[in-house]
Amino acid sequence: MADPVLQLTNLRKSFGGLVVTDGVTLDIGAGELHAVIGPNGAGKTTLINQISGLLAPDDGAIVFNGTNVTALPSNKRAELGLARSFQITSVLPKFSALENVALAVQARSGSSYKFAGAAAREAELNDPAFAALEEVGLSTRADVLAAHLSHGEKRALELAIALAMQPKLLLLDEPMAGTGHEEGARLVGVLQRLKGRFSMLLVEHDMNAVFALADRISVLTYGRILASGAPAAVRADPAVVTAYLGDELE
Amino acid sequence: MTDTTLIAPQRKPHALELAPVFIFLVLALAPVAAAFGPETYLLGLFTRVMVFAIAALALDFICGYGGLVSFGHAAFVGIGAYSVGILSAHGVTDILISLPVALAASAIFAYLTGTVCLRTKSVYFIMITLAFGQMVYFVAGSLAPYGGDDGMTLQVRSTLLGFQPFKNDRVFYYAVLLFLLAAYLACRAIVASRFGRVFRGAKENPVRMATIGYDVFKYQRIAYVIAGMIGGLAGFLLANVVEFVSPAYMSWQRSGELIIMVLFGGIGTLYGAIVGAAAFLLLEDGLGSITENWKLIFGPMLVLIVLFARGGVVGLIERLTGRAGRG
Repeated sequence: MADPVLQLTNLRKSFGGLVVTDGVTLDIGAGELHAVIGPNGAGKTTLINQISGLLAPDDGAIVFNGTNVTALPSNKRAELGLARSFQITSVLPKFSALENVALAVQARSGSSYKFAGAAAREAELNDPAFAALEEVGLSTRADVLAAHLSHGEKRALELAIALAMQPKLLLLDEPMAGTGHEEGARLVGVLQRLKGRFSMLLVEHDMNAVFALADRISVLTYGRILASGAPAAVRADPAVVTAYLGDELE
Repeated sequence: MTDTTLIAPQRKPHALELAPVFIFLVLALAPVAAAFGPETYLLGLFTRVMVFAIAALALDFICGYGGLVSFGHAAFVGIGAYSVGILSAHGVTDILISLPVALAASAIFAYLTGTVCLRTKSVYFIMITLAFGQMVYFVAGSLAPYGGDDGMTLQVRSTLLGFQPFKNDRVFYYAVLLFLLAAYLACRAIVASRFGRVFRGAKENPVRMATIGYDVFKYQRIAYVIAGMIGGLAGFLLANVVEFVSPAYMSWQRSGELIIMVLFGGIGTLYGAIVGAAAFLLLEDGLGSITENWKLIFGPMLVLIVLFARGGVVGLIERLTGRAGRG
């Protein structure tokens, strides 16, 4: 495998006395879909927040595409090609779906220090935004305010925003969280199509989705990586079965 | 979900789109009507309305579109006014010098204070802008050579290349109207531009904006400087309207009045700020002639507007013309 897109080395983070990330070391290769699973409170979202720059780790290093980004703010990391979706939907409610995505396109396309000319009418922004909406199956809802979208549609919008950034790595924090069976299946389909085109770090509770999508899986418990490897190997690992998978897979 | 949630603002024509045109038409024709009454008095009143409309417009720009509730906006008005006053005290009255100086002084003040204020959020932002506003107020009051607490009288209105076109109240009125129109159109263009979209997005969800790659702080600071300069422009004009400069222009009460104008007219509409400034000053004038305690009447009116007409006067008209049906 070529150089990894993302390298975490001995990452540590604690909140007061609570150690939430306890020496995590992890590589994600180019084009790989790497899933991180683990029980609630294992520190999955905290890990994603450190990678995307919303939280600063206490110790350790985050190297993204050969650049040490440990001390960079999240907007700089986004410029380098790191995109994320949020577990709790984080979109701009009073912007239309198209505008939400167009803002992400704008961050990649020319200057945002333009003070004249209606941004809403720029094909340079709208066309790629519309394409990203199409990719996640939201093109018919382009003009709807994000606040008026259904929960599943908002999850898809999160994904479209991340895609429009043309990222080198997608951090997906429970993209299926709270969606119904049908919507969830639709999102898995979307991710399946994206797989290979983007490197992805997927945090997800839906084990069927994880085992259907992931190239490699890491199991996180109490902020530590318990096991990491191909899905079949992880599924068979006795430590993983006791700690986590036992009741999930009968 | 049904089609009623489809929002297509571009395609939906409604009466309110014509509101700004109507407002500017009224302002353009006001001097004609004033000729039939106490002309000097009415022209002065309407000129003041437009000057405060410019200041309120700038406040609505950062407040209504950026969520930055500044409680120190009058400071910019004061800085603009003092630029005129201080220059004039040294014999410099040409608009080609005093206006750029007023704008530059407000821009510098906005840049420096914005750098500090914009590190804070919500109520802290309100308090820190108030603190900076009060700071300038007390500095102005201590400027003994320029009148201190009492302020100072201007010898003449600003001149243009040695001429005194603004000595004529009508000429000055239309000059202020042009400045108001320019400020309104500029703000409107900025709001719709790429920059404006980022600025509006930062109000909605700053974390999301950062994770798609925007340094929210920088955009907000530029918007703050723009609003500060427009406030400075209003101060420049205010000094010329009343031919007097005083620290009272930048007291916190003045900042509060600007917020009231924006709320009264309808926040986040730009032209609502013009309506709000007109309503405030005309009510002050009208009720003030009935009783000294005019605020006793104005206060409850404001409460009623805020309670029952969210979106201010503009929101009320919107509802009365039946456009709110989509809600």
